[in-house]
Amino acid sequence: MKTNNVLLRNVTKVVAFIIFLFSLHLFFAGHYNPGGGFVAGLTSAGAITLTLLAYDIKTVQGMLHMNTIMLTAFGLLIAFCTGMIGIFSGKPFLTHKFGDVVLPILGKTALHTATLFDLGIYLVVVGVTLTIIQTIGESD
Amino acid sequence: MILKVALSIGLLLYAISTFLYLYRILKGPTTSDKVIALDSTGMNLVAIVALLSILYDTDAYLDVILLIALLAFIGTVSFAKFVEKGKVIDRERDN
Repeated sequence: MKTNNVLLRNVTKVVAFIIFLFSLHLFFAGHYNPGGGFVAGLTSAGAITLTLLAYDIKTVQGMLHMNTIMLTAFGLLIAFCTGMIGIFSGKPFLTHKFGDVVLPILGKTALHTATLFDLGIYLVVVGVTLTIIQTIGESD
Repeated sequence: MILKVALSIGLLLYAISTFLYLYRILKGPTTSDKVIALDSTGMNLVAIVALLSILYDTDAYLDVILLIALLAFIGTVSFAKFVEKGKVIDRERDN
């Protein structure tokens, strides 16, 4: 019997955005509140997993246009380069910098390079989770 | 004081409700009964975490509430797709 899961697909279009925004909130809240790169990555992977459930692997790969293994490698590279910032400024490895930066639109903003390290963790978690799920889903 | 009593009564009721769902998970005649009982257990967990965050007077658990609800939704959708189609993730679009 051919099933038409129009209800699931339309709910997914709304809920996946909400989950992704929630993961962004978790990512940026991680410095002062519960959250951080790990759970934000898992939540983003959950949003993409919901899209995978509603559609199929080929459609989602056409939507995203990214290689999940390269995403993992890129996240590891970001985390490593964040550690190298400490070495190049004469401090031990993984020494972080922070300070007030004047941004074009946001004005004076307090930034910390630990956020870049968290971004690396985020990309690694998203990449590894999606690689596991897609690899298991493709094998028959 | 009266808030603590009310919260304790609410937590006790939710605990009883979760145990009744556990009975349905263990004894449910069909797989669908067990899946619905698991989903409702997730919603009970949401309520329990909300009551506990009032009891401990903190807002650090409010992210957990949304996270449990989202995970329960995704889990139930994947179980439902497995019950209906036999596989969770399709390789190519078939409709």
